[in-house]
Amino acid sequence: MIKLLKDFSKKDIIFILISAVLIVGQVWLELKMPDYMSSITRLVQTEGSSMADIMEQGAYMLACAFGSLISAICVGYLASHVSSSFSMNLRRKIFDKVEKFGTEEIKKFSTSSLITRTTNDVTQIEMLIGMGLQLLIKAPIMAVWAITKILDKSIEWSTLVAVCVVILLMTIGVIMIIVMPRFSKVQKLIDRVNGVIRENLSGIRVIRAFNAENYQTNRFEQVNHNLTSMQLFNQRCFAVLMPIMNIVMNGLTLGIYFIGAILIEKAMMGDKLVIFSNMVVFTSYGMQVIMSFLMLAMIFMMLPRASVSAKRINEVLEEKIAIQDGTFDGETEETGTVEFKNVSFKYPDADEYLLKNISFKVNKGETIAFIGSTGSGKSTLINLVPRFYDATDGEVLVDGINVKEYKQEALHNKMGYVPQKAVMFTGSVKENVAYGDSIKEPTEEEIIKAVEVAQGKEFVEKMVHKYDSHIARGGTNVSGGQKQRLAIARAVARDPEIYIFDDSFSALDYKTDATLRRELKKYTKNATSMIVAQRIGTIINADKIIVLDKGECVGMGTHQELLKSCDVYKEIALSQLSKEELENA
Amino acid sequence: MPRHGGPGVNEKSKDFFGSMKRLLKHLSPWKVIVISALILAMISAILSLIAPNRLSDFTDIITEGLKPNTEKLEEITTRISASFSSENLNEKIPMILADNEIKEQDKLALREALEGIMWIEDQTEIGKKLLSLPDSILIELLEDITVDDTVISKEDQLACIQLMTSATSQSENEVLQLLDQLPKSIYELVKPKIDMDLVYRYVFFLASLYVISAIFSFIQNFSMTTVSNLFAKKLRSSISFKINRLPLKYFDTHETGDVLSRVTNDVDIIAQNLNQSLASLVSNITLFIGSVIMMFITNWIMAITAILSSLIGFSLMFIILEKSQKYFNQKQTELGNLNGYIEEIYSGHNVVKAYNGGREALEKFGTLNEKLYVSNRKSQFLSGLMHPIMNFIGNFGYVAVCIVGALLVMNNHISFGVIVAFIIYVRLFTNPLTQIAQAMTYLQSTAAASERVFEFLDEEEMADQHGIKKHLDKSKVKGEIEFQHVKFGYDPSRTIIKDFSVKVSPGQKIAIVGPTGAGKTTMVNLLMKFYEINDGDILIDGISTKELSRENIHELFCMVLQDTWLFEGTVLENIKFNKEHVSEEEVWEACKTVGVDHFIKTLPGGLHSMLGDTDSVSQGQKQLLTIARGMIENAPFLILDEATSNVDTRTEELVQKAMDKLTEGKTSFIIAHRLSTIKNADIILVMKDGNIIETGNHDELMKQKGFYADLYNSQFEL
Repeated sequence: MIKLLKDFSKKDIIFILISAVLIVGQVWLELKMPDYMSSITRLVQTEGSSMADIMEQGAYMLACAFGSLISAICVGYLASHVSSSFSMNLRRKIFDKVEKFGTEEIKKFSTSSLITRTTNDVTQIEMLIGMGLQLLIKAPIMAVWAITKILDKSIEWSTLVAVCVVILLMTIGVIMIIVMPRFSKVQKLIDRVNGVIRENLSGIRVIRAFNAENYQTNRFEQVNHNLTSMQLFNQRCFAVLMPIMNIVMNGLTLGIYFIGAILIEKAMMGDKLVIFSNMVVFTSYGMQVIMSFLMLAMIFMMLPRASVSAKRINEVLEEKIAIQDGTFDGETEETGTVEFKNVSFKYPDADEYLLKNISFKVNKGETIAFIGSTGSGKSTLINLVPRFYDATDGEVLVDGINVKEYKQEALHNKMGYVPQKAVMFTGSVKENVAYGDSIKEPTEEEIIKAVEVAQGKEFVEKMVHKYDSHIARGGTNVSGGQKQRLAIARAVARDPEIYIFDDSFSALDYKTDATLRRELKKYTKNATSMIVAQRIGTIINADKIIVLDKGECVGMGTHQELLKSCDVYKEIALSQLSKEELENA
Repeated sequence: MPRHGGPGVNEKSKDFFGSMKRLLKHLSPWKVIVISALILAMISAILSLIAPNRLSDFTDIITEGLKPNTEKLEEITTRISASFSSENLNEKIPMILADNEIKEQDKLALREALEGIMWIEDQTEIGKKLLSLPDSILIELLEDITVDDTVISKEDQLACIQLMTSATSQSENEVLQLLDQLPKSIYELVKPKIDMDLVYRYVFFLASLYVISAIFSFIQNFSMTTVSNLFAKKLRSSISFKINRLPLKYFDTHETGDVLSRVTNDVDIIAQNLNQSLASLVSNITLFIGSVIMMFITNWIMAITAILSSLIGFSLMFIILEKSQKYFNQKQTELGNLNGYIEEIYSGHNVVKAYNGGREALEKFGTLNEKLYVSNRKSQFLSGLMHPIMNFIGNFGYVAVCIVGALLVMNNHISFGVIVAFIIYVRLFTNPLTQIAQAMTYLQSTAAASERVFEFLDEEEMADQHGIKKHLDKSKVKGEIEFQHVKFGYDPSRTIIKDFSVKVSPGQKIAIVGPTGAGKTTMVNLLMKFYEINDGDILIDGISTKELSRENIHELFCMVLQDTWLFEGTVLENIKFNKEHVSEEEVWEACKTVGVDHFIKTLPGGLHSMLGDTDSVSQGQKQLLTIARGMIENAPFLILDEATSNVDTRTEELVQKAMDKLTEGKTSFIIAHRLSTIKNADIILVMKDGNIIETGNHDELMKQKGFYADLYNSQFEL
């Protein structure tokens, strides 16, 4: 928490200092008011005091109230400025850091957790700063100051105020201790309710097909019941709080008056009036003491949540990034080659290697394909080329230079990467295809051509605004196959030296798959392609096929060669096509 | 696509009163509790209104005890001065002069004084002269007197006279201090007295008032909390129940997130707000009206002062409230935008990296971030103003009440206690106004949320099945199915299946093929009667499906779909599903047949292991589990989606074997992806753009050289 607060800019710190001074002034004014109140009381009580005097005291008191209002407005302005600019900067810092993350770090945190860290967690801290800053400065000053004001007045009254404070804090404390742990449970139960409803919706066909509606309803009733009873318990606990607070506050006034009556009765005649006006003043000071303790309690309620958030944010900010940028800017003599030299890979904390001793080279214009069962390491292998991960041992060379030496931007400019799951950004079709910074921005014609090559022309031109049609967040308004085609168009528009297709064709049907690859081959004659695939049909004509099994290369060659030499390949092939079909192809 | 903006506190409802009325109607099962809670809230409010009045009386009792009893003091002094009347003097002096115990010197002083008096007219001067006499003589002049049964001795009287003479022309405070030195007998008579018995009575009364009011408000809180939570539970249940009664069409055209947000967010808003605002509204309105009435009863001038002074502040506050509302909404939108953008960039991280999109992303993030900052700052600032302004209104009201009150006290129109009461009334009057305003915005959003919930509950349900009498027995069905001139379209104006007829004999395999998005699930929808056909008929064993209930049809079909649906529960629960009579052995048998038994054995708890939606279970194994579920169903018809993407080859083999087992002896409809299945199928339905464009077996279709032949050949090309 404190680590984060170090990030306040000079301006912020000046603002905070000004706020502190203003708050001190505000407290002074607020504590001054009861003095005027008591003067007014005394004047009203004393016969023969002039109206002018009362008016004067009233004017002073109003001036104090107004001054405190103005100061509160200023403090509010400064605090809102400090807290929201703080949160803006913090968000930017986190975003910037996450941008620099490699796939490894993203995986470690998980995307959804990173999102909440960037938004919700920051909001938590912003709230603490916005409110807490004021309360944190104000409450202690107020409490101490108000206490000193009343301490010398009467020990009986002071004890009463202390008792009230203790009762209030104890009540809040006890309720918090009972309820707090249940809060997180409530959250879990809400997730369960959501989960069961989501299950009901996603499995609606299955549920109906099995006539299992009642079964699911019973499951829902169970979690619904659990949630309700937990909520009931919590809220019933809170139902105690308000009445107790009311009793304590009212009791304080009554108690002070009662003690006052006894004191006055006992006092010498000359002191009575003084005690009486003290009594009136004490009521308001006592209230202020209680209020400031309530404020402190509020901060202590907010603090744990905010510090958890701060910890989560710091984890992101302090994460060491495994992949560091190189210096080489990308001008090479050799083009379009990718070479793996004895490459092995494992995740930093893992024991087992995902890739073991892989070596191959692919030249300009060639197509290399990778096949193997899930978990064989084909996606991992291909991810080493754009440096989403770094090889644990061995070297990955692009155009003869180790990828670690490249500036990442230069390296990425050489390639067109298409992931397994197509990623769409909010914006037009055109913006999506021309996405990112490349050496040369694609022209309008190039974009249209790229879409055509990727077999997307037909559906894009059917859309209302054609290439300017809007793609919704996450690409929800286009189908999976359409997304995949746009993602491929995006790579094509970049006109790269090397294409990387990470299982990018499986969302397409056989026919589209085949035409797309044919067109792509025509269009990108000189480019190198690296393809990860599941279907034999997709890779049947590759120049070189690498068969992976449990991270090891168990076969390398063309389709026909592998059918003869590699058992794993044959097994995969036969599971998809019949013998005759394989031979016919 | 138009979507509900996330439910927020600030949303306005379309028909506030309509929705509220309906909401209250739904609350009727708890009518008694709710009404009594509201009555308690009202009583508790009234009690807290009485309190200040009593407190003001209490203050008056205390003020009574501040001033000395001047009347008594005067009475005593006059009685004492009576001793110096000329008659008394004439009577006493000769006796004093004859007294031997008095010093000659003092007697001399007396004689001198008497001579002096002869010539003086002024009574006070006479008094002074007399008082300067030696104490021994003065004592003789006085006699014990009795005031209110208290005997005041000569000595005390003497002390009193001397004190009083020194008291002239001194400030009031000094006078009071002098009074403290009065001899005890007189002091007891004169000193200010608080009626302590009355004080105890008041304290007791007020304390019990506070306690009773607190108990009432606790009971009211408690019961409203209970009711609103039970109400929320009921709403959630009815939504869950409603899901089962809606046609599938609804879910195909609405987003899951939308329904989800109604179940949780909207219901939560209703429950929370109902809990807080209903009782608060009642008690605050009571407080508001009550405090106005009480103020006017107590003193109308003060009442007007208090009301006017608060109203000035309130008009200011409402202006600010209106403005900050705007920024709050804006902030909510900006936050949503930023959130969406972050999500997009984070989840597309690889693409952003590979395409060097970082600069662009940071730029766009920067603008969104900046926008959020601005609306954030403004809304925070404005909402932060509320509290200080409330404070100021309170203080302003205080001063106004004090000044006007002081004026009235001085003119003896009111007692000081009235001011004290009004100080509290001002607070009681200003608080409810803010609370009412807040409760109203809460109720607004409650109405908006309940509108969304009711809208869902009002959706048209599936056709009523009461008229259906026929029933096909699962064990006796032969397995024949016939499509007769079936016409269907999701949108009635756009028919996609135009005129489809086919007859399937028991035990035949029907393969459904076509490119992605060709509408293969449409067949599933029609077979399972998830959707009603527009025209034509589908017959099972010669009986129209229109004459059969949906449940009956579902019973006859076993369905295994591509998206492996498992719920959070044990493996056993997932396979058994709703078939309660199935024994563990039978489940185990099915698992063996499917070939998932080895996998289940590797799980820590075997059949009783929990399946979360994640980790340890691979896609292929999930598929095997759903096939095992289908095995247990054991129905005469089968619908099977073959797709096995993302499954490694060995598991795929297992899955395929399991599927083949499942189809044995059943009339099966297979959404086919394997060429072997397609080639072996008795009938192939080729679908494109939602319609069935070709029908026949493999050889027939290849001969047609149509779409199917094209599709088949394409996989061998590059």
